[in-house]
Amino acid sequence: MSSDVVTSGPSGPKGRTADRPARAAVLRGRERYIPVMATGALLLAMFVVGGMRYEAFASGQIVLNVFIDNAFLLVVAIGMTFVILTGGIDLSVGSVVALSTMISASLVTGQGWPPLLVIPLVLLIGAALGFAMGCIIHYFDIQPFIVTLAGMFLARGLCYTIGTDSIPITDETYTAIAQTRIDLSAEMFISPSVLIALAVVAVATYVLHYTRLGRNVYAVGGNEQSAMLMGLPVARTKIAVYTISGFCSALGGVLLSFYMLSGYGLHAVGMELDAIAAVVIGGTLLTGGSGYVLGTVLGVLVLGLIQTIISFEGTLSSWWTKIFIGMLLFVFILLQRLITARRP
Amino acid sequence: MTAPTGRPPMSGADPAEPAEPGTGADPSVTVARSGPSEAAPETAATASTGTSAPAAAARPGRRAGLAAVTGHRLLWPGVVLALLLLANVLFTPGFLSIEMKDGHLYGSLVDIARFGAPLILVAVGMTLVIATGGIDLSVGSVVAISGALSCLWISGLDDQQDVGGVLVAVGLALGLSLVLGLWNGFLVAGFGIQPIIATLILMVAGRGLAQLITDGQIITINSSPYKLIGGGYWLTLPFGIIVVAAVLAITAFLTRRLALGLLIESVGGNATASRLAGIRSRGLIITVYAFCALCAGIAGLMISSNVSSADGNNAGLWIELDAILAVVIGGTSLVGGRFSLGGTVLGALIIQTLTTTIYSVGIPPETTLLFKALVVTVVCLLQSPAFREKVFHRRGRRPGASPASADPKVKVPA
Repeated sequence: MSSDVVTSGPSGPKGRTADRPARAAVLRGRERYIPVMATGALLLAMFVVGGMRYEAFASGQIVLNVFIDNAFLLVVAIGMTFVILTGGIDLSVGSVVALSTMISASLVTGQGWPPLLVIPLVLLIGAALGFAMGCIIHYFDIQPFIVTLAGMFLARGLCYTIGTDSIPITDETYTAIAQTRIDLSAEMFISPSVLIALAVVAVATYVLHYTRLGRNVYAVGGNEQSAMLMGLPVARTKIAVYTISGFCSALGGVLLSFYMLSGYGLHAVGMELDAIAAVVIGGTLLTGGSGYVLGTVLGVLVLGLIQTIISFEGTLSSWWTKIFIGMLLFVFILLQRLITARRP
Repeated sequence: MTAPTGRPPMSGADPAEPAEPGTGADPSVTVARSGPSEAAPETAATASTGTSAPAAAARPGRRAGLAAVTGHRLLWPGVVLALLLLANVLFTPGFLSIEMKDGHLYGSLVDIARFGAPLILVAVGMTLVIATGGIDLSVGSVVAISGALSCLWISGLDDQQDVGGVLVAVGLALGLSLVLGLWNGFLVAGFGIQPIIATLILMVAGRGLAQLITDGQIITINSSPYKLIGGGYWLTLPFGIIVVAAVLAITAFLTRRLALGLLIESVGGNATASRLAGIRSRGLIITVYAFCALCAGIAGLMISSNVSSADGNNAGLWIELDAILAVVIGGTSLVGGRFSLGGTVLGALIIQTLTTTIYSVGIPPETTLLFKALVVTVVCLLQSPAFREKVFHRRGRRPGASPASADPKVKVPA
């Protein structure tokens, strides 16, 4: 049943176009891979251009640094991918990230709680927030935009009620994790956060493509009404994606607290935009139903590489990052539009 | 239950739509919300006595009048605003007093209107965009760009007090805002890009553009003609309020006295159907986005003139979210197809009053966001038909009717 519903899964588009022309409109040919491939090509081109232009750019560590500096964004964007695949949107991610850093910092530094207790608690809070928003969105039929906007205000407001100043984290476990370098070779290293982020990517890929929940996500995003009429658990799926997004945001917050070693209500301001931009640049359709986790990974890398290039350039000011990201968004959205327009 | 809708009653169920006096034509019929669940709690009392809508409508008198009042879409926002004001009166005696000083009006209420003026402007533009089923996330960036450009121009003038130079600056800023709005509208109507995404581009890039204009600095100016726009007084009233009143009056005239509002609502209800009916939906959508950006541009002038400086980074930050909130609190559905200018003004005033209240009551300002979240949630839940049905109106629900409660919306092809 569910395999008929799925509009895009990795399990091979072979032979589908021939016998099911009507249903396979989305599957036709390999068009659905074009956005992801375009993102990959762009990434490659940026890397090559950067390598030719700047000394010491073409090294593996540059790529690894992009991962290290954006591990938290990657995790958050993965959660956002789930939500956007169902056709929803989650504006609360940045605030939940900030709230997670704030709770971690206040409990660990202020109350002296052990990190092993704090981290699960933070993850639980994030998931619970997401769950609550998912319930409101589904059962009370209010637009995701508004509900998650309220969630954004709520989480950010909670940050400020905990404290308006930055709280440093001096706990040994946190500093140890922050300073750990995992050497891949003599010259290259990654941080534990990268491993966690990659684990999240692997789990997300598995869930989206090899489990019932993943198929339901694509089905709901493709057409919610059809999914419902087919008897798919729309309610469970929709609530699940917001819970996943909340959980990922909280995990991103934990990673950010490793990275920053502080909790602050102004952390991750505007991160929801970065996450959405990464997902869009990664080729996920904002109407839902089509997209890949891999695309989101590439999207995050593109955003990170833009920042790296701008810092290498030296003369360009930081606001050019925003202008470039805006231009990229435009190009990729146009590309998506052209691809979808060619469908019958 | 103001009027029978002309549709045949659905199989024994009450076909009552929530009463919407004031908007005679509600073209959002395509956005079918499951009939039985739609009955609002207040109207349910009336509806349950009559077996069908025509019967209820044929019974004039107190009940129908009551339903018209309680079912009015401005009821809940009005109640919330009244409660907020009441809370203020309790905490701050003399809150409602307005006095004349030096020929100017002073008072908390005047302040709320004055500081809320930019938000009202942006929200009015946003209302029309949302009425077409769109959304404009870029208004905050437009606010920053408009303020940055005008301040940059004025700071380059030899004589900053020169009225002509200030007018040129204002014209330039508004012209650029208009262009940005046309760009948004072109992306939405010309390329058919989802509005939330099309305007996301400008939201992200526009912030960078504003910082590019100001070169990352905060431009400060010292121009009294420019100061008038956001901080000055004219005819005893703050100039900002006059501007808002003028824009509101023009908008209300264009949309409610002419057919424009009806056309906008029909495009929001069903763009394809309205195109087939002969409405130039494309031009209309572009116009609406241009108007929204123009409003944002004026708001940007006000904000920058009030503080006599332009900050590309922080001017108008999150104003798009506040504006969308104001629109939603005012009862305009994000689905599009109907709008309420009065509701939007009420919504914007609620947000501004909330901010003022928090300051005057002495709650730490950091918690503003918490209260905002609370108010948004409460107002949205109260306005949600699904919520009202589940909480206030449990009767008549068949057990296990989960497919019905999932409220099948017919997707409107854009």
